Amino acid sequence: MDKGKELEKITQARALWESKKKPSELTNKRVSTVESEIDFQPLYAPDSLDMDYLRDLSFPGEFPYTRGVQPDMYRGRFWTMRQYAGFGSAQETNTRFLYLLKQGQTGLSVAFDLVTQIGYNSDDPLAQGEVGKVGVAIDSLADMEALFKDIPLDKVSTSMTINAPAAILLAMYIVVAEKQGIEPSKLSGTIQNDILKEYMARGTYIFPPVPSMRLITDTFKYCAVHLPNWNTISISGYHIREAGSNAVQEVAFTLADGIAYVQAALDVGLEIDHFAPRLSFFFNAHSNFFEEIAKFRAARRVWAQIMKNRFKAQNPKSLMLRFHTQTAGCTLTAQQPEVNIMRVAFQALSAVLGGTQSLHTNAWDEALALPSEESALLALRTQQTIAYETGVTDTVDPLGGSYAVEKLTEDLEKAVWDYIDQIDELGGAVRAIELGFQQREIQASAYRYQMEIEHQQRIIVGINKFQIKQDPPQGLLRINPQVEQEQKKKLAAVYRKRNQAVVEKSLIELEKAAQSTENLMPYLLDCVREYTTLGEICDVLRKVFGEYRQENTF
Amino acid sequence: MEKGQRIRVLIGKVGLDGHDRGAKVIAQALRDAGMEVIYTGLRQTPEQIVEAAIQEDVQIIGISILSGAHSYLLPRIIELLAREGAQDILVIAGGVIPEDDKTSLKEAGVAEIFGTGTSTVDIIDFIKQRNFEESTFG
Repeated sequence: MDKGKELEKITQARALWESKKKPSELTNKRVSTVESEIDFQPLYAPDSLDMDYLRDLSFPGEFPYTRGVQPDMYRGRFWTMRQYAGFGSAQETNTRFLYLLKQGQTGLSVAFDLVTQIGYNSDDPLAQGEVGKVGVAIDSLADMEALFKDIPLDKVSTSMTINAPAAILLAMYIVVAEKQGIEPSKLSGTIQNDILKEYMARGTYIFPPVPSMRLITDTFKYCAVHLPNWNTISISGYHIREAGSNAVQEVAFTLADGIAYVQAALDVGLEIDHFAPRLSFFFNAHSNFFEEIAKFRAARRVWAQIMKNRFKAQNPKSLMLRFHTQTAGCTLTAQQPEVNIMRVAFQALSAVLGGTQSLHTNAWDEALALPSEESALLALRTQQTIAYETGVTDTVDPLGGSYAVEKLTEDLEKAVWDYIDQIDELGGAVRAIELGFQQREIQASAYRYQMEIEHQQRIIVGINKFQIKQDPPQGLLRINPQVEQEQKKKLAAVYRKRNQAVVEKSLIELEKAAQSTENLMPYLLDCVREYTTLGEICDVLRKVFGEYRQENTF
Repeated sequence: MEKGQRIRVLIGKVGLDGHDRGAKVIAQALRDAGMEVIYTGLRQTPEQIVEAAIQEDVQIIGISILSGAHSYLLPRIIELLAREGAQDILVIAGGVIPEDDKTSLKEAGVAEIFGTGTSTVDIIDFIKQRNFEESTFG
């Protein structure tokens, strides 16, 4: 039967169906919980879609990758189960890593403390009270060696949530591998290395945008030659969403950042297909199930078009949006925290149905403390249950063709393009951040979300409905209060043992290179090899590059 | 406080913590409730917070902290306020602060701790209540 005729029949049938509705059924008594500003309808049918299968969906592994980046997806292999972990000392975190690997985790993900993320040593006055709190404390190569003790770096892939000083931590990782007798070309993993969302949403910036972008393109260049299996950046929407954006803003601001990084790399003379295959992404899995699934699909479709049409990439790998997902920390409640187990499971399922390449499932106690060993294990088991028991992995993109999911994918895509156009008009992502555009948009969404909860327009179980009085849970993880003192002692031992003259020379060489346009990676490798500390390296770079000061957008 | 004068609040982010969603939502809610709100932005030291609070002549400091460094940073602010003779400024806190730490923080002088899931209405009510009491009897 002719497609146009069939559609006409459906439209007529719909009109008839509408006419039979009772008056009480004509208005929706409940508003949809979709967060983005999209008019989500109670019913979709074939006449709702403006879809051309081969143009808009095609087959998995084929442009525009709506249905996934590999032809076989999870029938080939499951996503990487990568639980973000890190607290206290390198030794303690190493113990947690070994435990998680033993329990079937398939990749590592390192959480660093704020002191490390902002490029200070643990003995800095600004570090007081912060050492080892939200992640592991790393001052020098000595800590990095302890962190990966007994973990063969050619057998595991490691993701590091490190941004402003990402190049330095990568240098340390390369040297740890060298000491294990492993060539850099055998290493696989990711550095987050995404400074733009730090200015916008996450806050661990050090240097201003221009030198920060240079550090990033230096890592692109270095890895393209020496670490071909390394993801040189993880362009992150996760934190944008956590800061309060909606799903559309999450994708739009992330892809706009992606455009800025690609442009920066092209501007320093890199070839698109030389570095683009190693770009990776990181998204949030929030609570609205179908909106999230559609979001991942729309993100793939938009990025493929950007890379193909705007940047003229030829290599299919340059067009593929590969991403890590983490369930939404901000949806976890301190009230009736066991309910978080369910929230995490549904969110994780949406990431899998959205075709994620790797996944972190949050632990149920994360609104209260860092995860305990038990809660971290349960979070990992949640992923394993989805992978091995639910059967959702048996067929690729099982929701492809669902009227509602396809329509949502279309609507989200359109809204994402609108934002990207707006950011282009402002002069690109960096300029828009300087103007506070994204920050204000995120802030407005965050406030609206909170007000919806307070006005009972958005229900959060245990927060504004179904509340009960409960004693706070027991057995939460406590960070060893001695960690700061112990870390300072270890650092003092490093200062004593190393060859001070060589350290000083490495810092002078680094300073000279920073003032030139040379690639800084070889200089950073020379520094860390001699146990020059993170704080010393960043102090030199702060001196040359200056420090970023946030514009207060409130 | 003179009658009709608006309540002045400083909302601050102390230490290296970059989570400012809560701080900004609270700042906006307090402003919408008619208060004068000064928001410090990220990465303030306790010294900077206290200096700003005195300079801006606020009655209340609200500190948001999700980095786990509360047990050092909050008592430090209170200590510095006392040193400056500004102990009449009320300090409240919010963020991820474990139950076990709340008692010691209150003993150190933190007036109230609002955890995740708190309604902004509760914070507004608390401030209005306390501010009225302080100005009547203080």
